[in-house]
Amino acid sequence: MDVRSQISMVFHLDKCIGCHTCSIACKNIWTDRKGAEYMWWNNVETKPGTGYPTKWEDQEIYKGGWEKNMGKIRLKGAGKAKGLLNIFHNPHLPVIDDYYEPFTYKYLNLIESPEEDTQVTARPVSMITGKPIDIKMGPNWDDDLSGTPDYARNDPNFKNLSAGEQEAMFQLERMAMFYLPRICNHCLNPACVGSCPSRAIYKRGEDGVVLINQNVCRAWRMCVTACPYKKSYYNWGTGKSEKCILCYPRLESGQAPACMHSCVGRIRYLGVMLYDASQIEAVANSDDEDLIKRQMDMILDPFDPKVIASAKKNGIADSTLKAAQDSPTYKFVKEWGMALPLHPEFRTMPMLFYVPPLLPVMATLSNNDVESQKDTLNPISKFWERATKYDASMDNIFGTVDDARFPLKYLANLFSNGDEELIKITLKKLMAVRLHRRDVTVGDLSKEMVAESLKEVGLDTEMADAIYYLTSLAKFDDRFVIPAAHREQAIEMTEFTGDRKGDAGFGFTEHPARGL
Amino acid sequence: MDALNNFFFIALPYIAFVVFLIGTIFKYRLQKFKFSSLSSQFLEGKKLFWGSVPFHWGLMILFFGHLFAFLIPKSIILWNSEPLRLLFLEISSFIAAICVFVGLILLYIRRLTDERIRMVTTKMDIFIELLLLFIIFTGMYTAVFYRWGSTWFASVISPYLKSVFRLSPEISAVSAMPIMFKLHIIGAYLLILMTPFTRLVHFLVYPLNYLWKPYQQVIWNWNKRKVRSPKTPWSIHRPKNN
Repeated sequence: MDVRSQISMVFHLDKCIGCHTCSIACKNIWTDRKGAEYMWWNNVETKPGTGYPTKWEDQEIYKGGWEKNMGKIRLKGAGKAKGLLNIFHNPHLPVIDDYYEPFTYKYLNLIESPEEDTQVTARPVSMITGKPIDIKMGPNWDDDLSGTPDYARNDPNFKNLSAGEQEAMFQLERMAMFYLPRICNHCLNPACVGSCPSRAIYKRGEDGVVLINQNVCRAWRMCVTACPYKKSYYNWGTGKSEKCILCYPRLESGQAPACMHSCVGRIRYLGVMLYDASQIEAVANSDDEDLIKRQMDMILDPFDPKVIASAKKNGIADSTLKAAQDSPTYKFVKEWGMALPLHPEFRTMPMLFYVPPLLPVMATLSNNDVESQKDTLNPISKFWERATKYDASMDNIFGTVDDARFPLKYLANLFSNGDEELIKITLKKLMAVRLHRRDVTVGDLSKEMVAESLKEVGLDTEMADAIYYLTSLAKFDDRFVIPAAHREQAIEMTEFTGDRKGDAGFGFTEHPARGL
Repeated sequence: MDALNNFFFIALPYIAFVVFLIGTIFKYRLQKFKFSSLSSQFLEGKKLFWGSVPFHWGLMILFFGHLFAFLIPKSIILWNSEPLRLLFLEISSFIAAICVFVGLILLYIRRLTDERIRMVTTKMDIFIELLLLFIIFTGMYTAVFYRWGSTWFASVISPYLKSVFRLSPEISAVSAMPIMFKLHIIGAYLLILMTPFTRLVHFLVYPLNYLWKPYQQVIWNWNKRKVRSPKTPWSIHRPKNN
C-alpha cells in the first residue's frame, strides 16, 4: 500500500442554479490576462448542450483521454510516438474558434462620439486582433438552451439514445435540463501529464494538484489534445499552456478555492481523500464496467489503523489525516456512495465527483383536477385551463425514478459509463433522504414507506440526517475541510527569502513576457 | 577583399559561436519562460499544416545532412564515388530543400496575411524568416549551378569548418568560393548568432527524453520518505518544480 493524499471535490448538481459566479470569481483572479481571455478554468454548462469547447465530450473529434488497446491503455491522440511525430502540426489540436473568439465592446464610442442622428453603439471588437467582429460564440453560448436544435441536439451524450428517447427529451412541456459546472478534475491518471513531451506538467505529491511548470512548457501543445475534459488551455500570448491550479496558494493557507468560496448555491465540497497509489496503473487498465467500482475501492478508509499507519510511513501529516477523517467528499463518495465521476470512460480517474441531479428526472406532468382548484383561487388570479401540472408529489416517489422524464441513459452516459443501475441507486438515495425529511418535518407519509425506502438504498435515519445536514445546512467549515500545507517543511522555505522577494509571483523569478 | 574574407570567415564564426553559447545558456538559466516554440497553431491550424510540416521535416534532413558531411566527410566522398548514388543524394537533398523553401514561403505568407497571426508576430520573427529564406535560396542556387555540392562540401568546406573549431582557421579554400556560396555560409553564421534572441531556441529543447521517461510524473515539495532517515546527509536543493 502506497498511501497518498489528494484534495478531491464534490459538486452537488441538484443545488447548482447556473449563476456562473464561480466562473467569474476564477476569471477575475487567474485568467484576466492577454492570451488567457478565452480561458475559463471554471465554466458552467447547460446539459443537454454542446458545452465549451463545442462538443468537448466527443473524443472522435478531439482524441482526448486514454483508450484501452490490447489490454493496455494508451493516449488516444498523443503519446510518445504520436506526440513526437505530430509535434510540428498537431492534427487534433482544437483552435480558438472551437472555444470562441474573445471579445469586448468599444465602450469609449459611447462617450467620445459626436452628436449624431443615429444611436451610438459600442461595437464588439476581437480581443485578439482588436478589430470589429461579429460575435459568433461565447463560453456559455448555449446557456439554458436545452431543446434547441443547434445545441442540445448535438450533445455527444446522445450517441446511444434511440430517436424516441431523444425526442421525449425535447417535447416542449417535458423538456428538462441541468447545469454542469466543470473545473480541472486533478485526475489520478492525468492524460495531460502523460502527454507533455517536455515533462512540464506534474502532479503535486502533497495534495495531488496537477500543475504546469511555466518555465518548462515549450508550447508542444499535446496536453490540450490529451485532456479529454479540455481543461488544459494554450495561452497564445505567452506561448505556454495553462490550467486550473485549484487555487493552490489559497489551499496551502487553508482557504477554499475562489470558485468554491464564491459558490452561491453552496454546491461545492472540498476535502482530502487518501488513496492507494500503487493501484493507479491497474485501475486505469481495468475493464469498462469495473472502472468506477475499482476507483472507489482505491480510495482508502481514513479510520482504518492500517491505512493510518502506512499514511504516516509515507509522511502524510497528522493534520492531513484529521482532514481526511472529516472530509465531506469522502462521505459523499465512499460512505454514502452518492457521487460519481464525470465520464469515467476517459480513464483519467478524475477526483472531482458529481451528485447527479434529481430534479429534472423526478418531476413529471400529471393530470390535475382544475375545476376543484378554481373555487379556491382568488377571483383576480389567472386561471389556467390546461389540465396538467408539474408534479413533484411524493406519492409512489420511486416510481418516478423508474419512469423518469429524463432518460437515465443520458445521465449514465455522463456519470457512470452507461451503467443506468448506478444512476438509479444514486437518485433513489437522494429521494429516500427527501422522503425521510418530509416524514420528519411534515409527517404526511406512512412510516413504513419511509423506512422501506431508506432500507432499499441501504441508509439508516442517522445517515439520512447526516446527508441532509451536509446537503442543506452545512456551514463553510463543513463543506471545505482543508489542511493547510506544512510550509515550514517545504523546501523553498529553507532558501533565503530575499531570493524570492519582489519577484513576479508564484515561483517566477522573471517577468512572464513572451519570447521573441 | 582579404579583410572582408578575414572578417566573415574568421571573426564572424567565433563571434557567432560565442554569442550562441553564452546567449542560449543565459536564456536557458535565467529566462526560461521565454524558452518556447511559440506555436501559433491555436490561432490558425489549417494553413500551418502546409507550411510547417514540409518546412520542419525538410530542415531536419538538411541539418543532419550538413552535420554528417561535416563530421564524417569521408563517408560522403565514398558514397558519391558511384554516379548513381551521387545523383540520389543530390536529388533527395534538393527535394528536401524545395520542401523547406516552399514551406517557408507559405509560412511567411500566412504570417503576413492572417490577422490573428500578425498579432503574435514580432520583428524578430520576420527577420529570422527572411534570413532562413536567404540561406535556403543561396544553398539551392549553389546546388544547381556549382555541381556537385555534396562532394566538394565534404572535401573543401569540412576541413575549413574543422579548422575553425581547431582554433586555427584556414580560409584559403573558402575565400576562393563563388559569392553565392559565401553568402550561404555567412547566412548560416548569422543564424547561429541570432539563435538565442529568437524563437529558434526551441530546436535545442526538442523533447527526445520524452521517449524514455514514464508517462506519469509526481513532484514533492518535500518527499518525507526520502529525508526522514537521520542517516542521510543534510543537503539543501531546490525542488524541481520551481
